[in-house]
Amino acid sequence: MSSSERNEIGLEASPSEQGQGAGARPARRQEGAPPVLEVSGLSSAYRSQAVLREVSFEAPQGELIAIVGPNGAGKSTLIKTILGLNPSLGGSVRAFGRPVAEVRGRIGYVPQRESVDWDFPTHALDVVMMGRYGRLGWFRRPGRKEKAIAMECLRGVGMEAFAERQISQLSGGQQQRIFLARALAQEADLYFMDEPFAGVDAATEKAIVELLRRLRSEGKTVIVVHHDLATVPDYFDSVLLLNVSLQAFGPTAETFTQENLQRTYGGRMAFAAAAASPSAAESGSAAAAPLRAAEPASASAKGAEA
Amino acid sequence: MSMDFWILLTGSLAAVSCAILGCFLILRRMALIGDAISHSVLPGIVIAYMVSGSRGSILMLVAAAIMGLLCVFLIQWFNQRGIQSDASIGVVFTALFAIGVVLVSLNARQVDLDLDCVLYGEIAYAAWNTLQIGGVDLGPRSVWLLGGTLLLVLAVIGTFYKQFKLCAFDPMLAAAVGIPAALFHYLLMGLVSVATVSSFESVGAILVVGLLVIPPSAAYLLTDRLGVMIGLSALIGVASTVLGYALAVRLDASIAGCIVVAAAALFAASFLLSPKHGLLSAKLRRSRLSRRAA
Repeated sequence: MSSSERNEIGLEASPSEQGQGAGARPARRQEGAPPVLEVSGLSSAYRSQAVLREVSFEAPQGELIAIVGPNGAGKSTLIKTILGLNPSLGGSVRAFGRPVAEVRGRIGYVPQRESVDWDFPTHALDVVMMGRYGRLGWFRRPGRKEKAIAMECLRGVGMEAFAERQISQLSGGQQQRIFLARALAQEADLYFMDEPFAGVDAATEKAIVELLRRLRSEGKTVIVVHHDLATVPDYFDSVLLLNVSLQAFGPTAETFTQENLQRTYGGRMAFAAAAASPSAAESGSAAAAPLRAAEPASASAKGAEA
Repeated sequence: MSMDFWILLTGSLAAVSCAILGCFLILRRMALIGDAISHSVLPGIVIAYMVSGSRGSILMLVAAAIMGLLCVFLIQWFNQRGIQSDASIGVVFTALFAIGVVLVSLNARQVDLDLDCVLYGEIAYAAWNTLQIGGVDLGPRSVWLLGGTLLLVLAVIGTFYKQFKLCAFDPMLAAAVGIPAALFHYLLMGLVSVATVSSFESVGAILVVGLLVIPPSAAYLLTDRLGVMIGLSALIGVASTVLGYALAVRLDASIAGCIVVAAAALFAASFLLSPKHGLLSAKLRRSRLSRRAA
């Protein structure tokens, strides 16, 4: 749909590379093109307490990137601050080489599912159509074209049968898929997703992973706040480890190491065997030992501040 | 034209403006903000009245809108600095309202502004106070004021429906796609202030909250589409006016009071009969289930 407008992308991942996990990463970004996202020295605070401290990184194009860190590490704050939804105390953000405010049409966003009221009087298709509102400008109303696009996006997440369903009657996983369909309707090149895997059923998790890989094969960049460490090597090309300040960022195989994780999570790590993660076994990925964060019952100081 | 007609028209115009705006208030969980605004516009009204010497002027609407926005702004300002949101609502609106009460009492001798009228409204009086231009009777002043307000509400909500809807459902996404969420927030608050002030003379500061909150809450129970909810809410507002006025005539009681009592009765009926949330449908579902189980 939209990628036809900007066809420099979509060439990097050959079809055979899709769906093979981290081992099959598309080529890094082309020489000369500006990085999809450049964040430098980004800081943010909540009531005089630092939530983000001097975070800098450059996201390469066409990758699935996980943001990982303990509770209260500022993961959601990072993407909200990048998007300008949360005030920054300094630093700069450029997307596609320009300030974010100028390229909002190319950026998609999936907020946390709990951030909205699912009792709102509306149905699934209508929510997906909201993804088009930014493109309609000030005065145009959503019409037949928007409806057709929204329906197509619902189909893309396997939810076309629920188009007319009141949103409160959908399961958590279905609601998450509606949110993803809405992001698809934004027809963006760079996506931010805040915990799309939180509390979803296995079928939805699979659907989301397929969707992410499809987006990648179209040359899109997706930055995902992710909780489940066990699936990181399997799902993501790059990983950003965050705990108020940036702990590490780079290709998953090199960055998602025991040492870096221990630094990010402090002493609160436990290591699980590879067999404990069915998704890792299924894809045969052995890029890094699957890891799982163990939050001790005595919620530590860092956990509590979230 | 008959007195009854003007009273019903005045009440219905006020009810419809409030019912439309109230939908967005309750969906944004801001019913109490409506309450706060309706009280804190009082100092604006008094100041405008002292300056212009008349009620129902444009100046009064503007002053009230400014006070309403100031109230919302102060509530947020305190909230962001660590005051609980319900506490900051309580502090700000009672303080502004109290300033209004003091201003009214200070000027009681010079100013023909009755505190009872401000608090409880007097729709029958509003219908007597007609607008005369060049000796021609153009009908009650309040009908013109409320009609203008309703047109303004319809024009603004109609033009920016998608923005108001998205800001109500998912303000984060609205901001992310470049919709100025703060602008539409204050636009809504400004409209609520204007609707409140225009309805003041008819129903008063206290009962206007009933028109803002009760019809939308009833409509919310009856549908799961926003557009339908707004239409139903307006309809319930008009029905409350008609039923309330009939009741007031029969009992020889306060018209505004009866209108809000009627609205509450319609809310109770919606609560019983609502297809999803209603007590009746829940009972039916349960008995159908138990019959199937048997």
